[in-house]
Amino acid sequence: MSDTQTFLLDGEEIPFAPGQTVIQAALAAGHYIPHLCYHPEFKPHGSCKVCTVKVGNRTAASCTLPAQAGLEVESASDEMNDLRRTLVQMLFAEGNHFCPSCEKSGNCALQALGYDLGVMTAGFRHLFPDRPVDASHPDLLLDFNRCILCELCVRASCEVDGKCVFALSGRGIDKHLIVNAPSGRLEDTDVALTDKAVQVCPVGVILKKRVGFAQPIGARRYDASPISAQALADAPRAPAGDGRCAACEEAEEK
Amino acid sequence: MPEQTELREVLAAIVQRHAGAPTRLLQVLRDVQDVRGWIEPEAIALLGDLLGLPAARVEGVAGFYSFLRTDRPARYHILFSDNITDRMRGNTALLDYLCGKLLVERGHVSEDGLVRVDFTSCTGLCDQGPGLLVNGWAIPNTNIERLDCIAQLVLDQAPVTEWPADLFSIQDNIRRRDILLGHDLQPGDALRAAVARGSESAAEAAANARSWREANIAAPQGPLAVLDEIKRAGLRGRGGAGFTTGLKWEACRNASGPMRYVVCNADEGEPGTFKDRVLLSGYADLVFEGMTVCAYAIGAGQGFLYLRGEYRHLLAPLEETLARRRAAGLLGKDIAGLKGFDFDIQIHLGAGAYVCGEESALIESLEGKRGIPRNRPPYPVTHGYLQRPTTVNNVETFCAAALIAAKGGDWYRVIGTAKSAGTKVLSVSGDCARPGIYEYPFGTPVRQVLADCGAVNTQAVQISGPSGVCIAADEFDRRIAFEDLPTAGAFMVFDQSRDMFQVARNFAHFFAHESCGFCTPCRVGTTMLKATMDKIAAGHGTPYDLAEIEKLDRVLHQSAHCGLGHTACNPTLDTLRRFRPTYEKRLKSLDFEPAFDLDGALARARRMTGRDDAGAHLSTEATE
Repeated sequence: MSDTQTFLLDGEEIPFAPGQTVIQAALAAGHYIPHLCYHPEFKPHGSCKVCTVKVGNRTAASCTLPAQAGLEVESASDEMNDLRRTLVQMLFAEGNHFCPSCEKSGNCALQALGYDLGVMTAGFRHLFPDRPVDASHPDLLLDFNRCILCELCVRASCEVDGKCVFALSGRGIDKHLIVNAPSGRLEDTDVALTDKAVQVCPVGVILKKRVGFAQPIGARRYDASPISAQALADAPRAPAGDGRCAACEEAEEK
Repeated sequence: MPEQTELREVLAAIVQRHAGAPTRLLQVLRDVQDVRGWIEPEAIALLGDLLGLPAARVEGVAGFYSFLRTDRPARYHILFSDNITDRMRGNTALLDYLCGKLLVERGHVSEDGLVRVDFTSCTGLCDQGPGLLVNGWAIPNTNIERLDCIAQLVLDQAPVTEWPADLFSIQDNIRRRDILLGHDLQPGDALRAAVARGSESAAEAAANARSWREANIAAPQGPLAVLDEIKRAGLRGRGGAGFTTGLKWEACRNASGPMRYVVCNADEGEPGTFKDRVLLSGYADLVFEGMTVCAYAIGAGQGFLYLRGEYRHLLAPLEETLARRRAAGLLGKDIAGLKGFDFDIQIHLGAGAYVCGEESALIESLEGKRGIPRNRPPYPVTHGYLQRPTTVNNVETFCAAALIAAKGGDWYRVIGTAKSAGTKVLSVSGDCARPGIYEYPFGTPVRQVLADCGAVNTQAVQISGPSGVCIAADEFDRRIAFEDLPTAGAFMVFDQSRDMFQVARNFAHFFAHESCGFCTPCRVGTTMLKATMDKIAAGHGTPYDLAEIEKLDRVLHQSAHCGLGHTACNPTLDTLRRFRPTYEKRLKSLDFEPAFDLDGALARARRMTGRDDAGAHLSTEATE
């Protein structure tokens, strides 16, 4: 008697373990679902909505949708990919993304996803937000222009580094990344180059200084193969944190 | 630094008042703003220290709520309600008038740090608008005379507590009563009836057990009997979604956890809705009684009432009602003489965030966080406040629950329609002779409400606010009921003189302002919708833009995180479907028009040079 339960993803059977979400099971089984804010080492967040799939006549973000036996999930359809393309376009229009002059070009998940989904234009009027960079730190540059608000650095800093260097403030279209210092400058935080938060940025916000072009364009991660191929190799990874922030929750228990 | 020490003392006293609990962060920040006029950067760092939270998290919460200011202090924060009904009563001209009197630019603190004047989302005074908030205190019926008075008080720097009381006098305007608004219950009646509903053996078991809660499990007839009545009544949630209340209570009762909670959602933010304000001002006992009945049925030990910041004036009277009920043994320990039935209610004040009306965002806010809707499942009935089982219901739902506890499910069931039992309290505003509160049995046609409120030449009615539906004259025979026109209570009337495009545009601005920004489609999509509506309003729209609106609607329905995003395009699409000519007459007869507005791009240069004459504008084609 087999204990393995399965659901259907685009007609193929996907096995899953209890507690897994649809994207976790799919990636583990070698099936790619496009995603941005989901990271295999962190608890699913569900904010970018790029991983949205169709279940029956409803839609849901596959990173937070619990896998259930018998689900019939539709992902690789024109309808879902059209939606994803629009969401990626929205992110391009929202921030200031100038790929040709960006040192993250070729290593950027947003750019790679754009190529993979066939995004040809931003599709929307650019918002051109005014977002000054923070170059205060001797070894790190923060270029907020490229922030897609995935909160990976927030989560990594809180859950893995135990520092809560990053947080979000503002609301709606004014939502923005802040750092944990009264001056609002990165140099006044306890961030370290070895922090998980520094390594996890999928786009070009958190950058190490003086190494931007050590790896030449053309020889970068997504120059070799598209993000859809690499995400699968990345997928089976142990969680980096337990989805909790020791610093914040200790305070709550009081 | 003596100033720093002084600030620390002020903050420490406030934090102390809230028992140093991080869950009270929003309440702490409200108090700090009251004392300091804003949340200054030094206060954020100190509060983090005092509460044991990262300062960035304190800043994130302060930055989320509209009523909390982190930019500059002002002694007076004056906010004009900007619902469409306020617009129809001339709020824009009134705001300009006050800005002129006080010599300030809208949205900017005056040079001397005295005053800031701006718009805010609907404040729930649509039947006596335009509404106004001064440091959070509501003023109805704004007009020139009142603004003259207010301007003088501001210039004299009179404390708001000393302003003439008649400025703040708010009417209930109850126009039609039915079983709820016409109820004859005394405080405690429903609760005693609920307890008595248990068989005698249950009461005996409870008396013999160490506590009522223990008996609750061993011999649960009492609470189960109440649950049974609620189910038999067919009561559905009055917040708009219409979930079956009995099932919600039962799921929460059956969930395991160290503590269960009852939360009353009084974050009545839907533009055009104000019935909860009236229920909380005139029927507070009934609301608290319903919450206590719920606590009895599900075995909860703590309750919260989440009161929207705009209803700050109700806080003191509500606290008085709570104190009275405690003194009468209807709250606190051994309620109604039942050993171990311990339950109390705490009031939590919001600070200007419509999204907190969504139950999981409301719970986040209760926990002292940014009001972001959670991922679901799990649902609040199993993982709510502090991840514990929590029942969240609307103000009116608790009132109905109290009535049912007193009079029984069968009595309630026969009122209304088969699928919508009971009555609905409507907040009627807009173009009608008698705006105010109307209670009707479910199944009442829109036409009757219009006749009763004295509406003539009605062009359209927005049912249940911007996130509801807009109906035209040929649909006025439709009925207020979950199976036809479900509603959280808003009923905004527009006569033939109104421009329905501008109505939809006002709502598009509302959603963009209130999007929490968590998910991509809502954060960006509501902004794009607003920009498209503004483009059409400016005479630059094309058929392409109308297609774009339909695309945005599709994206938001498919992928937004919560109801706010799902419904954000509804008012635009509803009016586009029913009143298309009002859109089309604005369009340029072109297939495509670039979104880039060259004249608009010169606005900054005009501001810098202080010019706004015709010569500073590009000549635009005369629109026929």
